[in-house]
Amino acid sequence: MEIERHEYDVVVIGAGGAGLRAAIEARQQGKRTAIVCKSLFGKAHTVMAEGGAAAAMGNVNSDDNWMVHFRDTMRGGKFLNNWRMAELHAKEAPDRVWELEAWGALFDRTKDGKISQRNFGGHEYPRLAHVGDRTGLEMIRTLQQRVVALQQEDERLHGDAEAYIKVFAECTITRLLKDHGPAHGPGGAIAGAFGYWREHGRLILFDAPAVVLATGGIGKSYVVTSNSWEYTGDGHALALLAGAKLINMEFIQFHPTGMVWPPSVRGILVTESVRGDGGVLRNSEGRRFMFDYIPEVFKDKYATTEEEGDRWYTDQANNRRPPELLPRDEVARAINAEVKAGRGSPQGGVYLDVSTRLPAAEIVRRLPSMHHQFKELADVDITAEPMQVGPTCHYIMGGVEVDADTGAAAVPGLFAAGEVSGGMHGSNRLGGNSLSDLLVFGRRAGAGAAAYVDRLAARPSVPEESVAAARAEALAPLERAGENPYEVHQELQRTMNELVGIIRNADEVTEALEAVKKLRERAQNVGAAGNRIYNPGWHLALDLRNMLLVSECVARAALLREESRGGHTRDDFPGMSAEWRRKLLVCAASPDGSEVTVEEKVQPAMRGDLITLFDRAELEKYITPEELADFDALVRE
Amino acid sequence: MSYKAKFRVWRGEGGEGRLEDFTVEVNEGEVVLDIIHRLQATQAPDLAVRWNCKAGKCGSCSMEINGKPRLGCMTRMSTFTEDETITVTPMRTFPVIKDLVTDVSFNYTKAREIPSFTPPADVKPGEYRMQQIDVERSQEFRKCIECFMCNNVCHVIRDHEENKPGFAGPRFLMRIAELDMHPYDVVDRKDSAQEEHGLGYCNITKCCTEVCPEHIKITDNALIPMKERVVDRKYDPLVWLGNKIFKRSGPKS
Repeated sequence: MEIERHEYDVVVIGAGGAGLRAAIEARQQGKRTAIVCKSLFGKAHTVMAEGGAAAAMGNVNSDDNWMVHFRDTMRGGKFLNNWRMAELHAKEAPDRVWELEAWGALFDRTKDGKISQRNFGGHEYPRLAHVGDRTGLEMIRTLQQRVVALQQEDERLHGDAEAYIKVFAECTITRLLKDHGPAHGPGGAIAGAFGYWREHGRLILFDAPAVVLATGGIGKSYVVTSNSWEYTGDGHALALLAGAKLINMEFIQFHPTGMVWPPSVRGILVTESVRGDGGVLRNSEGRRFMFDYIPEVFKDKYATTEEEGDRWYTDQANNRRPPELLPRDEVARAINAEVKAGRGSPQGGVYLDVSTRLPAAEIVRRLPSMHHQFKELADVDITAEPMQVGPTCHYIMGGVEVDADTGAAAVPGLFAAGEVSGGMHGSNRLGGNSLSDLLVFGRRAGAGAAAYVDRLAARPSVPEESVAAARAEALAPLERAGENPYEVHQELQRTMNELVGIIRNADEVTEALEAVKKLRERAQNVGAAGNRIYNPGWHLALDLRNMLLVSECVARAALLREESRGGHTRDDFPGMSAEWRRKLLVCAASPDGSEVTVEEKVQPAMRGDLITLFDRAELEKYITPEELADFDALVRE
Repeated sequence: MSYKAKFRVWRGEGGEGRLEDFTVEVNEGEVVLDIIHRLQATQAPDLAVRWNCKAGKCGSCSMEINGKPRLGCMTRMSTFTEDETITVTPMRTFPVIKDLVTDVSFNYTKAREIPSFTPPADVKPGEYRMQQIDVERSQEFRKCIECFMCNNVCHVIRDHEENKPGFAGPRFLMRIAELDMHPYDVVDRKDSAQEEHGLGYCNITKCCTEVCPEHIKITDNALIPMKERVVDRKYDPLVWLGNKIFKRSGPKS
């Protein structure tokens, strides 16, 4: 069986916001770039992002600037964030948003014709550039159309539209390949990527010295999730198997508001914009329960009465924001607690009501796709009645450990950006910080990969034996008459949902690890009926390896971190620990993936000019006395 | 609540295929795509279907349900009676790869034939100033999720392979209108819309508008206004006369 072979400078895996922005950058730097994606071009998960892209442009409130955004991001992540990433993100997001506009994006406007910005959880000022509630679609389409524009330019210049940037759609990468030759050291360097075409099942090999992972998240390891089938943790697993490290894997964001009914749409996202634009959460007794859940660290920043919270929408200078706009981890836990206490809605959620808060026409204008989604899928008219919502697995804060400035992973030639990378969001991501993250770090990873290729003395080459091994691995499920992969997948989803979900404890996570171990054995024997032509059973059988590997990382890290912080809540360790704040959990795997190890690593101390952006009183809630002493010394200087 | 439904699903590849009968469980609140997934998980693991978001936002699961182009994820089973046989076939205008999955590359080829957004050279990023009312016309068209059902249903190409080379289809004629109405686009798109992308083929039967899952008024708000712009330029006798007498060029918008 022949393997199709292509040579590129940079291969970008994933065609969401981060992947496309990385590819555009690599191409603009003159690199021959391939974009490889599992779905059709323009269908990536970014399309589902609703609320907006956070960027401190100051168009609506001129007091906003990068320092305020940086502080909000660090607070949202409970100070576990990679502060250099949070700094770069806050500084560069406005330029990345403006750049989209020059590529044809049409954001909603302010009265003076600038890009409008909306309120969102955890953001001190209106900060999210948006288009109604379909901002992700606007972003993906704009980036897609930018790729097309570059292709048109290449057509004019070189007579070939795909000379410098080509999309390999419906193509799945199953292995990264490395050169272990003398020039590239014993650890080896990236030499290429191996995969298959979904359409006809033929195998494909990319020879490339640089690979950018932009594969998104891992939500398909959970039953209730806002994520699509693509989110099987491919990039996380590819990186591990290539020898890179993952950090912060215990931190998973359960978005507070997913649909809960009907069952078939359970988990589908209900945008935070509903709350940003005035929507409130109520329990079955009609109480706005979020006022009961303002945590100590945020006490002085949120309204304590409904009256004050309501006034905030029109007068932010003199009032504090309503607690419905606390960071997502807080709201999700509160909803979970209300339901557990028996104050939930009939279908096991709570009520999210915007119908009594805004005129019907305004709701349809600001939240058109929510209106459409509830009407079509649940027979609920959100302009007239409340929605029922509950937490849904939405986003993983953890991912490939990268250099903040270049997106470089520990393996030479490997880069990562967007959800698949870790660090930027710490233990919890603020809404709106994802779309801006994709743009800022997509561009940086593309530039990092291009610069790496420029520095290379010799192109690495793919060893034939690793191609043979990748080929055998990819075809194995077709050659077995084993168990149905769908059953293994469903069991994994139930396991993770029930045992490593929103609230965790040592016993349950230990049980999950046992279950995952058994599932890994079963996955070795799953078989795929049918041939290689567009065969979803075969595809799932291959994706299982990634989901299982990533699930093990999540569970192992979750067991080790004996505290509660952001997207990791342990009911056996309910407090947040300043000692743990300084520690990152770093996952690694053996090359065959059979063994996962987790090590502690010390988070580097924040740079002086950044930590002094915070008040001492706030830092006291997060950092150790020794760190506080260092801070005092800094301030005295 | 739960019942057994009769499904007929088109199965096949390489130009051959047939409708295959299934009896399958249906639960409250489910959509057609749920049932296709249940078939995959329980009866036909290699049944091919495209899907992503399952919330009507990505436009992947376009199919024909009882002959009508629909998104599988937005077609609720409650719209059918329990004894009704539901027939699911792939989009007819595009070649079938396998089962419900079609080769939609036609659309990507057409996308590349439309000249891209071209702003004035002297406007820098961050300097754009546009009023909401001026962006709203194009914003409506940018709601498009590229499910390609408008191109699938359009009679110009649905059963006329020969028209495909010279016709961009509603999706990309709407893209031309979107760019033409963009406050900062400087390219004159009127002649090329007519001469290169086949706007004249459209005889406003509005089939595209009817199937659009985003409820974009493709015909009324994009294609007809674009036709009017072309006509203003080319065929309006007054403009023609004016051009002859005063030697002026047609209006930009």
